[in-house]
Amino acid sequence: MISEVQKNASAILRVERLSMKFGGLIAINDLNFEAKRGAITALIGPNGAGKTTVFNCITGFYKPTEGMLTLTRQNGEEYLLERMSDHVITKRAKVARTFQNIRLFSGLTVLENLLVAQHNPLMLSSGFTILGLLGFPTYRKAAADAIEKARFWLEKINLVNRADDPAGDLPYGAQRRLEIARAMCTEPELLCLDEPAAGLNARESADLNKLLLDIRAETGTSILLIEHDMSVVMEISDHVVVLEYGTKISDGTPDTVKNDPKVIAAYLGVEDEEVVELIEKAEEAGVDDITAAVDLLSTEALHEIEETHPDAKPVELIPASTLVETPAAKAPSARKAPAKPASSKAGAPAKTGVIKAGATSNALAEPRGGKPDPLILIKGIGPVNERKLNEHGIFHFDQIAAWKKADVIAAEAYLAFDGRIAREDWIGQAKKLAKESQAKPAPKKTGGAK
Amino acid sequence: MAVTQTTEPDSVLAKALKEGLIAGALALGLFCLVVGFRTEQNIRNELILTHRWGLLTIFVLGAAILRFVITYTAPLRAERKKIKRAVAVAKEPSAFRRSFPKIGLGLLLLYPLLVILILSAYQGSMMGGLQASLKYVDNFGIQILIYVMLAWGLNIVVGLAGLLDLGYVAFYAVGAYSYALLSTHFGFSFWLLLPMAGIFAATWGVILGFPVLRLRGDYLAIVTLAFGEIIRLILINWTAVTKGTFGISGIAKATLFGIPFTPGPTGFAALLGLPNSGVYYKIFLYYLILGLALLTAWVTIRLRRMPIGRAWEALREDEIACRSLGINTTTTKLTAFATGAMFGGFAGSFFAARQGFVSPESFVFLESAIILAMVVLGGMGSLVGIAIAAAVMIGGTELLRELEFLKLIFGPDFTPELYRMLLFGLAMIVVMVWKPRGFAGSREPSAFLHERKMISGEFTKEGHG
Repeated sequence: MISEVQKNASAILRVERLSMKFGGLIAINDLNFEAKRGAITALIGPNGAGKTTVFNCITGFYKPTEGMLTLTRQNGEEYLLERMSDHVITKRAKVARTFQNIRLFSGLTVLENLLVAQHNPLMLSSGFTILGLLGFPTYRKAAADAIEKARFWLEKINLVNRADDPAGDLPYGAQRRLEIARAMCTEPELLCLDEPAAGLNARESADLNKLLLDIRAETGTSILLIEHDMSVVMEISDHVVVLEYGTKISDGTPDTVKNDPKVIAAYLGVEDEEVVELIEKAEEAGVDDITAAVDLLSTEALHEIEETHPDAKPVELIPASTLVETPAAKAPSARKAPAKPASSKAGAPAKTGVIKAGATSNALAEPRGGKPDPLILIKGIGPVNERKLNEHGIFHFDQIAAWKKADVIAAEAYLAFDGRIAREDWIGQAKKLAKESQAKPAPKKTGGAK
Repeated sequence: MAVTQTTEPDSVLAKALKEGLIAGALALGLFCLVVGFRTEQNIRNELILTHRWGLLTIFVLGAAILRFVITYTAPLRAERKKIKRAVAVAKEPSAFRRSFPKIGLGLLLLYPLLVILILSAYQGSMMGGLQASLKYVDNFGIQILIYVMLAWGLNIVVGLAGLLDLGYVAFYAVGAYSYALLSTHFGFSFWLLLPMAGIFAATWGVILGFPVLRLRGDYLAIVTLAFGEIIRLILINWTAVTKGTFGISGIAKATLFGIPFTPGPTGFAALLGLPNSGVYYKIFLYYLILGLALLTAWVTIRLRRMPIGRAWEALREDEIACRSLGINTTTTKLTAFATGAMFGGFAGSFFAARQGFVSPESFVFLESAIILAMVVLGGMGSLVGIAIAAAVMIGGTELLRELEFLKLIFGPDFTPELYRMLLFGLAMIVVMVWKPRGFAGSREPSAFLHERKMISGEFTKEGHG
């Protein structure tokens, strides 16, 4: 791998065996990748994967524990970034960056922000302040040029009209753009963007895509970006590197990465052993598309339920027909969010009178006597959960009172609660309320609803 | 507010009366023992209890009336504020405000002449006017301008670069002692030692700067405070060189390019054929310190438009972003310390030349605190605001000496200047409540594309060290 990387002369940045440890925590572990000159390279991965740490190593804010970061400039000069301090990296190696949480000079005007970015050339032309202080014409000309350059970038990011306003007064999207323009004013050869689309709406991130492609086309700047917004990553990047727990798990064009089972597993969130199994199975079956992977994962999760709750009967819990399509949603042990869309997909066609998949054992098609009990009287059940319970055929206190362990698990699965039913003693509350409602048919609404 | 506005005037009066009475009762309770009684020792060392009912009455009535007026006029003021807000949508700075620096500069240049003219007319003779102007030129003019210069120098460090420096007086001391020592031992002239004092102070600024580069905020403040104390303790204890607490006396006066201000035949007065007087030296010193202060202002204004000045302000806003833009924050901080210290050194050598005597007592922490208070009260980074704050704070304490009528109220043994610190504290609280960003709460941008707009203080940061 390393030798292969070294041969490639078109790389602007080579990251070799990069490791970063904070005490016992390994943030980056033996990372190798390269960013090609003139290309847009995306660095993606789940939260906490170490992406920003990689950026901080590249831009000199952290000193890596091990590894080599080689930057090759257009003129052939090579810089070892891990040996340089942060401001020298920007000044000599021509690497500029933006920050995840915007770091503008909020009390300076938009124009001044762009002038501060041109500090080093201006410093030279002002003869390290002395000539400038005495009013030499060289500085006056350089200052005018700097303002012209700032105007060029302001036109690019559509902020010419607000040039004299304080940067802190700009709307969020404009601040993001200004930060990119400010980084570009240092004339970088490698631009590192840390989540440039975070907090932008769809239109703004489309504009951002255009701006980034524009920057690359006009200045030939290579771009390295961290991003969570897949519309940005997949649309504009030429190359994607995927990190998880500080290790590279995939590397390639957006399409290959998108279909890499390891990446899917990382984003869906499964146990490590499961990933290995998953890959093996996927290879056996000869399928590597997303549905097959999800299928396999879901089956895994279901088996797990059977093992951990032997008294729960999965056949009762979930109709067999829905098993293949939506099982992950019903599994309390399927850890992460991506399971949700699947469940809602399955839930959508369910109409009144049709009991939803995953219903409890004593579900009813309709409330007895056409009138459901006010379930919100039970502490912990709000209007939303009441509706969900109704959709799943639970209308009466006595139904909840009669729940068994398996029912509780099933109900928790579709309410997306874990352990709350037992903790808040819904069954006990329901028993009491059921008795009360028998005594007086129309219970007064107390403060039970949350 | 909304409630009081809708109520009838009668109820406002009633409410105001009630609150006034409560305030009066509170004041009575608070001051009864503190002000009302006083113990004194008589000649046989016995404690004698004396009453001061009159003074107590003044305190109580003052509190009651103040509270009454505030409560009674509250609805009125709220109304006026509302109207003002409705009218002042797009408030352009008035012509007076825009040309204030020029008017102020003109006044400063003419100040000694004006004082002499007015006093001569008052006293009926030119000579009498000259002698009487001594106090106004020296106590007010020179004293205020020294502090203006010091505050402008500290403004570079605190106001622009956002580095909280609590030991600024150390550089003032370095400047003063360099002049005092080098002039008494080697006989160097003021004009040679003025730049040297600046260079020495700047060197000390860099020496202080190095260890505090990594510190921010509170930590930086503590270390600079300690630095100021260290310098003072060295001055006290290194008796072989500094003569300790005795101080150095007999320091040579400044000369007008070689012409001394002495009564002899080669002196300034004799050369110009003027009658002998100490006023000429004071007036010369006034213009000297005015020139030095204006030099500080000019350099500050020029530097703000240089890349280094912008880097200072950027450093105040966000140090990490500065580093990401290729700015060497180490040198940027050191230049801020050095430049600020240099002006402190100039002021110090001027101080030594003016007093003819320096001792460590002039360089206590209180001086640093006062200079910092001027920078904060004036509005960080604003030269005009700081000058006003310095004039108010120093001029105010000098004026306190003049307020003889206060003795009529508070008794013959009342010395108003002893309440200086109390008044400082009150003034700071009032200004900080009324204008949290100082007198001049807005910042002037160093460059503009279309038009120069003032930047409201709510966007600028105070810096974090």
